[in-house]
Amino acid sequence: MTKNMEKEAALRFGDGENFAATELRLGLPGTRERETATKVLPTGSKEGGTKRTATEIESNDFDREAKTQVVGWPPIRSYRRNTFRSMKRDEEKAGTYVKVSMDGAPILRKIDLEAYKGYKELREALEDMFKCFPSGESVRVDAREYAVTYEDKDGDLMLVGDVPWE
Amino acid sequence: MMTYFPEEVVEHIFGFLTAHCDRNAASLVVQGVVPPAARLRRNCYAVRPERVAARFPAVRSLTVKGKPHFADFNLVPPDWGGLAAPWIEAFASSPTAAAAGGRGGRAGGGGGGAPLEELRMKRMVVSDECLETLARSFPNFRALVLISCEGFSTHGLAAVATHCRHLREIDLQENEIEDRGPQWLSCFPESCTSLMSLNFACLKGEINVAALERLVSRCPNLRSLRLNRAVSVEALSRILMKAPQLVDLGTGSFWVDHRSEAFHRLISAIERCKSLRSLSGFWDASPLCLPAIYPICSNLTGLNLSYAPAIQGSDLIKLIRHCWKLQRLWVLDCIGDKGLAIVASTCKELQELRVFPSDIYGAGSATVTEEGLVAVSFGCPKLHSLLYFCHQMTNAALITVANNCPNFTRFRLCILEPKKADPLTNQPLDEGFGAIVRSSKGLRRLSLSGLLTDQVFMYIGMYAKKLEMLSIAFAGDSDKGMLYVLNGCKNLRKLEIRDCPFGDGALLENVAKYETMRSLWMSSCDVTLGGCRALAAKMPMLNVEVINERTKAKSRGSPSDFHKVEKCVYRTIAGRGTTPRFVWIL
Repeated sequence: MTKNMEKEAALRFGDGENFAATELRLGLPGTRERETATKVLPTGSKEGGTKRTATEIESNDFDREAKTQVVGWPPIRSYRRNTFRSMKRDEEKAGTYVKVSMDGAPILRKIDLEAYKGYKELREALEDMFKCFPSGESVRVDAREYAVTYEDKDGDLMLVGDVPWE
Repeated sequence: MMTYFPEEVVEHIFGFLTAHCDRNAASLVVQGVVPPAARLRRNCYAVRPERVAARFPAVRSLTVKGKPHFADFNLVPPDWGGLAAPWIEAFASSPTAAAAGGRGGRAGGGGGGAPLEELRMKRMVVSDECLETLARSFPNFRALVLISCEGFSTHGLAAVATHCRHLREIDLQENEIEDRGPQWLSCFPESCTSLMSLNFACLKGEINVAALERLVSRCPNLRSLRLNRAVSVEALSRILMKAPQLVDLGTGSFWVDHRSEAFHRLISAIERCKSLRSLSGFWDASPLCLPAIYPICSNLTGLNLSYAPAIQGSDLIKLIRHCWKLQRLWVLDCIGDKGLAIVASTCKELQELRVFPSDIYGAGSATVTEEGLVAVSFGCPKLHSLLYFCHQMTNAALITVANNCPNFTRFRLCILEPKKADPLTNQPLDEGFGAIVRSSKGLRRLSLSGLLTDQVFMYIGMYAKKLEMLSIAFAGDSDKGMLYVLNGCKNLRKLEIRDCPFGDGALLENVAKYETMRSLWMSSCDVTLGGCRALAAKMPMLNVEVINERTKAKSRGSPSDFHKVEKCVYRTIAGRGTTPRFVWIL
């Protein structure tokens, strides 16, 4: 990336007007054209789309953070930025593991929701997981007697399957 | 000039200098006896530390600021400077300081040794070694405040805890501190009972909770305590039971199962804290835990939820409705315009509002717009300090805000997209900001954003007579813009500019102005090296620095009319000691 910037610098050196040489840019060489009247810079926010250039659409392989960020903009202290970045990372690392309990079973299990493609698969996996726990009366668990429920963020008990899997 | 007056005259003149900054300015040029200034504030390169230590031996409280403000936003290379060590060493080893300490030794304090009691540093590079020096050299040391500093670890904290017998305050705000273990809290001796304020919220690692609890138990005057993420809710409850006298609390991790005993213990512990006026922290807070603080919300004057992204919308609103005495509120933009409307109708005492962006890189589904700000301006007539990150702003809204709130002292607006126009009219925001400076005659600090032409600077030069600090980014059309400001703003001290079309003409037209200012920062503007050289030649008393990271690898021979990345002008009398290779002093 440094090479590209230096190349741009060489091209515009001696221009006298254009300080593109010293601008920090991220993008494929030659793809970014600057408007002379106003400096068009990559936008920090995504909801407008009015100032996007071609580079932003095609640079999917770049880190999304890096591509849309003008250095030092928005003006947020590094401490705050870094804290939020690590919070986000923690969230993503935690994944989608949830605790599963069954009425009558003495211990709980944990599953990764992302490992399943749909509710049917989830149900089958749960039945499989809990069939080793005999309930009080019968040795074999009759799966049809059990409903899979979950507790949502409001604390309410909900039946699994109403909301689209995604 | 002042050196020719007899001392009595000098002291008499000093008597008239009531403004803190004026005293500092005057004292730099006066030789001879100066009234022992108890408190000093310095920029770390404005004057040599040894001189300050020699001239003000009896200094008890020292504040030093290092890197320029824009260093907060990664615009200053990491090795630029701002070292704390020279300052601490100067005061530690100054013979006059030691003598002064011995002469005026406080009862109960150490016999000799420098009398420095308080050290506040901002944006400085502090090392463990200099914290150790500090701890060992100042027997009466009481208060250490470090803001946005870096370069030290928990070992340095251990040294301070171990050796400072009369410690009252350790306040660590948003520093980058290397975690080298939790032992530092155990280093406070059993005899340490004087702590009044302890803030380690920015520490990233684990801490010794048992040691913390013991420390809290034996410090009955503890008024302010800010914990880090490593402290659980259970630990918090135990600590609060031991310190119900707390006035300011920063929670640790604020997550617990709301159906558990631990949650109920938390509620009881918080309820006992009748003096609690200010809350922050809320790391990892879940909305279900918020009811724990409802009992004391009506006493709160300060609330900082800006590190709790999981608390949004309706949960925030439910909480705010309890906080009708709030004077200072820091939140994330997920409060939304609706949430701000509730703030407006509930928090009639609100003086300071900060709304930070929760999602810096993405679109952010919940955001705030001009509507939220307008609502607050209608509901909160005492509002005088604002920091507002939003997605859009209109002239009409700013004019309304200006009419409703004529008492702004600090107005910082950041529209996230650079150069964004008024979405209703597609016009620049000149008129809106113009209205703000016209109406708030006491405005001291202003940050601009959005699409702006030279016109806004004309308004600022005309009306912002009390303005001391101005931050400009992606604004203006020509040199005229910058000149309006330099010529018009009589009280301007700090001017920081990035990505604006201001060039050598603007830089050199009113050079005398810089003598009345503390600093000027320009980056990614149209200033050339030649221009900086001319400035340095015209004004030898100024320290003109050019920072160019990209020539680090190249040879030092500098081409003449080369565009720089950044330039910084300091008002200084002494130059600075060492400079990194990418900094040129002209």
